[in-house]
Amino acid sequence: MRSEATEGRLVTLMFGQELTSPKADRRKVPDKGALPLLELRGVETRPTGTEMRLKGIDLQVYPGEIVGVAGVSGNGQRELGDVVLGMIPCVRGEKILFGEDITRAPVGVVRRRGVGFVPEDPLSMAVVPFMTVLENLVLTRTGHYARAGGLKMDWRAVHSDAQDAMNRFGFSFSLYVPARTLSGGNLQRMIIVRELAYGSRLIVASYLTRGLDVRSTIAARQALLRARDEGAGVLLISEDLEELFALSDRLIVLYDGRIVGTFRPEETDIYTVGHLMTGSEVPHA
Amino acid sequence: MPETKIIPSRLAGFWRKFLDGVVRYTLMIMLALVLFGVILLVSGRDPLHSYRDMLVHTLGSTYGFSEVLVAMTPMLLTALAVALPSRLILINVGVEGQLYMGACFATWAALTFPHLPAHLLLPLMAFVGMLGGALWAFIPGYLKARGIVNETITTLLLNSVAPKIVSFFIFGFWHSPMDTDKTANFVPAARLPTVFGTRIDLSLFIGLALLVVFWWFVKYTRWGLEMRAIGGNPQAARRNGIPVSAYLVIGMCVGGAIAGLAGMAQVSGYYGLLLANFSRGIGYMGFLISWLSFGDPLGILIMSFVVAVIFTGGNLLQLTQGLPFAAINLLLALTLFVVLARPQFSGFVRRKTA
Repeated sequence: MRSEATEGRLVTLMFGQELTSPKADRRKVPDKGALPLLELRGVETRPTGTEMRLKGIDLQVYPGEIVGVAGVSGNGQRELGDVVLGMIPCVRGEKILFGEDITRAPVGVVRRRGVGFVPEDPLSMAVVPFMTVLENLVLTRTGHYARAGGLKMDWRAVHSDAQDAMNRFGFSFSLYVPARTLSGGNLQRMIIVRELAYGSRLIVASYLTRGLDVRSTIAARQALLRARDEGAGVLLISEDLEELFALSDRLIVLYDGRIVGTFRPEETDIYTVGHLMTGSEVPHA
Repeated sequence: MPETKIIPSRLAGFWRKFLDGVVRYTLMIMLALVLFGVILLVSGRDPLHSYRDMLVHTLGSTYGFSEVLVAMTPMLLTALAVALPSRLILINVGVEGQLYMGACFATWAALTFPHLPAHLLLPLMAFVGMLGGALWAFIPGYLKARGIVNETITTLLLNSVAPKIVSFFIFGFWHSPMDTDKTANFVPAARLPTVFGTRIDLSLFIGLALLVVFWWFVKYTRWGLEMRAIGGNPQAARRNGIPVSAYLVIGMCVGGAIAGLAGMAQVSGYYGLLLANFSRGIGYMGFLISWLSFGDPLGILIMSFVVAVIFTGGNLLQLTQGLPFAAINLLLALTLFVVLARPQFSGFVRRKTA
């Protein structure tokens, strides 16, 4: 009967077992005594082309915390991720990563300190389409696998590390085909393995579960939560409010390049956040 | 876990690719020759006779063959000087200028330290020649990396500057008492050694070695991997922490250094002196060869050989068939035309060789 069809029941029928999406057992209060992994102080950017200008962003990400960034696409989420990574220079303000000033640091330095980055569009922003999956997996950590001072690469180690990570996450995709031949879902799985499996201390993830089936969505969320539980900080950028409410310890709302609200998910609701995302006034109770 | 799959390339795969490449290039060249044959027919010459003349006098005798290799040597190096930056999507049209600067710097060393023994003077000339080319290429490389000017334009425009700098030094300071447009002959220690009693000099073997190094470097090293990533998707490479700007500047400089080495080889090996406007378009020819071969080392080897045959044989055609020199350019243009039609053609080859 149509009326009996719920999401959970459909999933159970499709996979022959009941799958429950993991939810964060929320930290009561993030340990404010600890040094924040990432701190943005009054960060502003200057747009080139179609970018949104970020205006006075103040933000901290503490160890073991998932900070959800809600916002309608085009209101500065992408620029926020890019400014953390160093793709966009900040014209005013400071970026502090792991206690060190990285305001002027190039992407490579930020990456090597242990920042994972899941972009919104993997094929154009994270992957070299004609290179094999294995080669793509190594791109963020070429120095780690270089042998003989860089004269050769240790492909055996790359292979076994990738195999380990895939087993841990329950993913399975081919390592020896060009990345462009992977399906959207497998491409996203590959990015998740690359950015989450190798001990990143700060993870900037945009639309983490876009294009994934139910099972892989669960695996990706579990991977993110596991990383959090191991002490990593996460900046989770998404338009999917249900996902943000399920995973975030803290929620910020971006509108027009500004942070217009900071919430604890259990103290607010989807409607309030939704209203803020669109820039409309929220009547105060 | 399948052992054979761990190393991305295996020797068997290499030979299959090698043969595939040879077959493909042979077919392409033959097609160009057929097209040129039609033109020969129209102009009233016998194409078979012409081609036979051409091949017999270039590949049919030791002397002819050695002259082909002599003509091929600078093209090998200049093509490499284009191919390496092209892996980073840099279009280095400036090989001609870098070649002149390399020759200029190398000549300075040869004229300043004529008393050094050959085993010191030649490496010194090679080094400063490469330095000259690299410095000349640094300008467009830096401007490109900073996002100021496109390298295609700067390299092309700098091409007309470099020969004038060379001329300035020759006419102003370095010309021999007898001439105004060239230096005196270099001392023997400043000449690259030749082999087998022909005009083939050491730079041919340096060029071949560099070709192998280039192939190995791109395929196996960390930097080659990062270069391929930049060439494949610059934005992803940058996001993944690869220092793209540094690669652009260094890639351009290394390309310039190879072009500078070609310039040094020309003055030290082929001429034995520095002549104003010595190049005869070798830099542009390298550009053509590199794009004909899509930056592939094996392709560079084959295409530079073919172009050298056309050049050497073309000179002969002028004598025996009364063809104008423009006919050679016509044949080269047809070759380019055929190779650029590769998309359809490669499918044909793949079906044939599968």
